[in-house]
Amino acid sequence: MNTLSYSILSWTVFLPLIGVLVLLFMRNANAIRWTTLIFTLMTFFVALPLLTNFDKSTHLMQFVEKSDWIPSWGINYFIGIDGISILFIFLTALLSILCVLVSWTSINDRVREFHMAILAMETGMLGVFVSLDFLLFYVFWEAMLIPMFLLIGVWGGQNRVYASIKFFLYTLIGSLLMLVGIIVLYFYGGKTLDILALSQIVYPLKMQYWLFLAFFAAFAVKVPMFPVHTWLPDAHTEAPTAGSVILAGVLIKMGAYGFLRFSMPMLPDATKFFMGPILILSIIAIIYGALICFAQKDFKRLIAYSSVSHMGYVTLGLFTMNTQGVEGGILQMINHGIITGAMFLMIGIIYERTHTRVIADYGGFAKIVPWYAGFFIILTFASVGLPGTNGFIGEFLIILGAFKANKIIGVLATTGIILGAGYMLRLYQDIFFQDPNPEYEATGKHPIVDINLREIITLVPLFILVFWIGFYPNTFLEYMHASVEHLISQVNYTEYAGQENLIAKFISEIF
Amino acid sequence: MDAGITLMDVRAFVPELTLICAGLMVMLLDLVVKKKGILAAVGIAGTLASMYATYKLFGFIAPQNAFFGMFVLDGYSNFFKLIFYLNIILTMCISVKYLEIEKASFGEYYALLMFATSGMMIMASAADLIILYLGLELMALSTYILAGLMRKQPRSNEAALKYFFLGAFSSGFLLYGISLTYGMTGSTNLAEIAQAIHMTNIAGNPIMYLGLIFILVAFGFKIALAPFHMWAPDVYEGAPTSVTAFMSVGPKAAGFAVMGRVLFDAFGAMQVQWTTVLIPLALLTIAVGSITALSQTNIKRMLAYSSVAHAGYMLLGIITGTVDGLTSTVNYLMIYTFMNIGAFSIVIMLRREGFQGENIEDYMGLSKSHPLASALMLVFMFSLTGIPPTAGFMGKFYVIMETINAGYTYLAVIAVIFSAISAFFYLRIVVYMYMKDPKDEVVLSNSPSMTIALAVTGVMVLVLGIFPSFLLNLVRSSILG
Repeated sequence: MNTLSYSILSWTVFLPLIGVLVLLFMRNANAIRWTTLIFTLMTFFVALPLLTNFDKSTHLMQFVEKSDWIPSWGINYFIGIDGISILFIFLTALLSILCVLVSWTSINDRVREFHMAILAMETGMLGVFVSLDFLLFYVFWEAMLIPMFLLIGVWGGQNRVYASIKFFLYTLIGSLLMLVGIIVLYFYGGKTLDILALSQIVYPLKMQYWLFLAFFAAFAVKVPMFPVHTWLPDAHTEAPTAGSVILAGVLIKMGAYGFLRFSMPMLPDATKFFMGPILILSIIAIIYGALICFAQKDFKRLIAYSSVSHMGYVTLGLFTMNTQGVEGGILQMINHGIITGAMFLMIGIIYERTHTRVIADYGGFAKIVPWYAGFFIILTFASVGLPGTNGFIGEFLIILGAFKANKIIGVLATTGIILGAGYMLRLYQDIFFQDPNPEYEATGKHPIVDINLREIITLVPLFILVFWIGFYPNTFLEYMHASVEHLISQVNYTEYAGQENLIAKFISEIF
Repeated sequence: MDAGITLMDVRAFVPELTLICAGLMVMLLDLVVKKKGILAAVGIAGTLASMYATYKLFGFIAPQNAFFGMFVLDGYSNFFKLIFYLNIILTMCISVKYLEIEKASFGEYYALLMFATSGMMIMASAADLIILYLGLELMALSTYILAGLMRKQPRSNEAALKYFFLGAFSSGFLLYGISLTYGMTGSTNLAEIAQAIHMTNIAGNPIMYLGLIFILVAFGFKIALAPFHMWAPDVYEGAPTSVTAFMSVGPKAAGFAVMGRVLFDAFGAMQVQWTTVLIPLALLTIAVGSITALSQTNIKRMLAYSSVAHAGYMLLGIITGTVDGLTSTVNYLMIYTFMNIGAFSIVIMLRREGFQGENIEDYMGLSKSHPLASALMLVFMFSLTGIPPTAGFMGKFYVIMETINAGYTYLAVIAVIFSAISAFFYLRIVVYMYMKDPKDEVVLSNSPSMTIALAVTGVMVLVLGIFPSFLLNLVRSSILG
C-alpha cells in the first residue's frame, strides 16, 4: 500500500547514492561539502511526506514497493515501512545531515572520499530499515561495512587501523552466520525471502533454536551485547566524529532492529526460550558497562562504554516482551541515537580545539567555554534520565516493562540508572568544574573559543528532540503502538502456545 | 559409426579451429610485425571470430555430438567457452604494456595463449576421456612455456620447471585413472562409462573407485585443490603476472568444466564415492588457502592462495551433486574471472621499469596518488571477500545456497567462517592503500588496453553484484536447458 503517487521510499533510500555518483566528478573541497549537505537535506525533506501520510492505525507495511530483482531465485526488490521502522528513517536522515555539518572544518584529507563514504552509509542504513526482503536487507546490512570500515580506518584517530579491522571482522563473522540462517529459512519457507511471508510460518522448535542463535550472532554483535561488545569502544573511540555519530546513532540500533524485525516475529518460541539468558546478558551489560565508565580516562571512550550500558536497556526492554518494554526499547533506541549522537558531536567540537581526549587534560571548562558547558549539562541530564528529557521516558518505560516481567530484573536495571548518574556527573565535574587548565585559558598557550554558529545549528535539532520526547513522547510513541501490539501478539501466538513447558519441550527436542 | 568424419563434425569444431588458425597466423605475423601490440589486436580479433562461431553454432540443435560422440556441443560447454574467451581477451588487454616493461614482447606469447585457450575449449567439449586428455595436454604444454617466458629470470624458470614436472605427474595420474576405468568399463566415452557402471553394477567396485580417485587427483592438480596446490604459489609468483592472471582463471575453469562433466555424466552413479573424497578436499582447500594467505607478503603469492581458497568454494557446488549446484559453481567461475583478472590488472599496473611492485607494502598510500585505481582494487578485494554489493557476494551466496539445499549445512557454516578469516588478508590490501602513508612516489604504467580491461572488470563486478539476474539467467539456461 502506497498512498503517494510516486515511489517515495526508493527516492529516499537512493538519493544519497545519486549524491555519491555526483561527487565522483567533483574536485573542489567546499563544493563537495555543500553538495553533500544539499543531498542529505534533500533526503530528509523527500522523506518528510512519510510522516504526514503514515497511517498510525495499522500494523501493516506502508508505502510498499515491490518488483522483480532476482526472479530465478524468487527474490524481490521489496521495501516498505511500519511503525517500528519509520522513526529510524528520520533518525538516520537527520544524523547524516549533522555529520556533514560537524565535519565541515575537521576533515581536510581526501574530502571527496569522506563525503562519498558518508552518503553511501546513509543509503545503506536507510536500506536496512526499509527492506522487506531478507536478501535485500542483507545486502544493505553488509554493504554498509565498507564505507564504515573506511570512515574509521582512514579518518580515525591514532589506533584506527586496529579498530577498523576489529569492527569489520566482528561484524562480518556474525553476519555470515546469519546468512546461513537466512538460506535455511529460504528453503523452509518455500524459496522466498519475503520477510512478511516468512513471519507467517511456524518453524519446528529445533530449527528455531539454531536460527535464533545464527541471527543472534549477527544482531548481538551489532547491538553490541555483553560478551561481544569489545569492538565498540575501539571503533567509537577511533572513528572520526561523524563516524562515531553514525555508529552510535544508527548502526548499533540495527542489531536491536534485527531482533524486532526477524528474531521475534519469526522465531517466537526460541525468543521465549532465550528470553531469560538475554535479559541476564542485558543486565550484565547495563551494570558492567556503567562500572567500566568509572575507570575511563578517555572522554570518548567513556561515552562509548556508556553506549554498552544504554544498549543494555534497549535489549532489556525488547525482551521483556510487553508493550511498555518494547515501546520503551524502541524509544530508547531513538533517544540513545539523539543523546549519544549529540554527545559525540560535542566531543568532536571540543577535540577540534584541544586535540586531546584525556579527561585529566580538561578542567574548569565551564569558565573557558560557558556556552558549550551549558549545552553539555543538558545532554548529561538527558543521558542520566532526568525527568523532562527524553532519556527519562525511555528508561522509565523499560524499567516498567522489566518490573512487569520480573521484579529482580527491574531492581537490577534501576541500579544502572544510579550508576549512570554517577559516572556522568563525575565526568561533568572533571571537565567543567575543578581548576581550569591554564593551557586553554584566554591567556594560556592554546586559548580556545566557544561553540560557534555552525556548531550550534548542528546541535539544536537534537536538543529540540531531547525536550520534545521528554515532554510529549506521544508524538513518537503513537507511530509505533499498532506495530508493537501486532509484534507482541505474534510473539505470544504460536502453535506451541498451549504447551505448558516450552523449555522442557525445547530441551527434549534439541538434545 | 563407420561413416567417417562428416562436414557436420567439422562444423562443431569451427570455434577451436578458428582460434588455432588465428594463433598460427599470429606466429607468422610475428616474423614481419615489429610492434607486438598489433599481434595482441590480431589475437583479440581471432578470439572474437571464434566467439562469433560459437554464438552461431549455438543456434543449431543442441546438444550436438560430433566425431562419434567424442565431442559435444551444448550449453554447458558453450558457457565455459565464454569464460575462456573473456579470460584470453582480458589477458591480452593487460599484457601489451607489461610485456614491453618485462622486455618479453614475443609474438609467440599471444599464439600460446590462443593454443592454451583452444585446449581449454576442447576440454569443455570433451565427451570422451581421450579427447579430454588431448585438450588438457594442449592447454598444459602451452602454459608451461608461458610460465617460463621470462627466460632470463631464475624464478620464471623455476616456475616453468615446477609446473611442468608436477603437471606431468598429474597427467600420469589421469592416464592411470583413464586406463583403470577403461579396464573396468571397456570404454572411454563418458556416456558409455555411465552405462557400463549402471549395467554391470560396479559402482562399489574398489578398482572403479581407484580409477575415480586417480582422475580426481589429476583434476585436483589443475584446479589447485589442497593438498595438490603446492605448485600454485611458486608458479603464480614466478610466472609473468599477465600469465598468472591467465592461469589463475583459465586452467581452473577448464578443470572444473571437465570435473563437472566427468563426475556428472560418467560417474553419476558413484556420487556417494566422489562426495566422500571431495568433501574433505574442499574443506582442506578452503582452510589451507585462507590461512596460508594470511602470512603472505608478496601479492602474487597471496592471490595464489586466495585462488586456492576460491577453488574450495567452487568445489562445494560440485559436491552437492545436483545440477543446480553445478550451475552455482559455473556462475561463481564467471564472476571469479572478472574479479580475479581485475585484481591482477592492478598488480600489473604497479610494475614499471626497475620496480617490481609485488610487495604488499608497495600499495602503501596508493589511494592518495591514484584514487581511481585504488577504488577499483578496493572493489576487487571486497568482491573476493564476498561482501555485497559486489559480484563476489552473489557468487558465494549461490554456492552456499545450493550447499545448504543439498543438506550440507555444516559445510556451509565452515565455509562462511573461513570466508570471514580470509577477509583479513584482502582487507590488508585495502588498509595499505587507504590507511597508510605513501613511502615513495608510485607511478602506474597505464595503457589504453589496460583501461579497457579495468573498466570491463570493474563495471562487471559491480553490475553483477547489484543485478545478478542477467548472468544467472544465462547460466541457468545454458546448463539447465
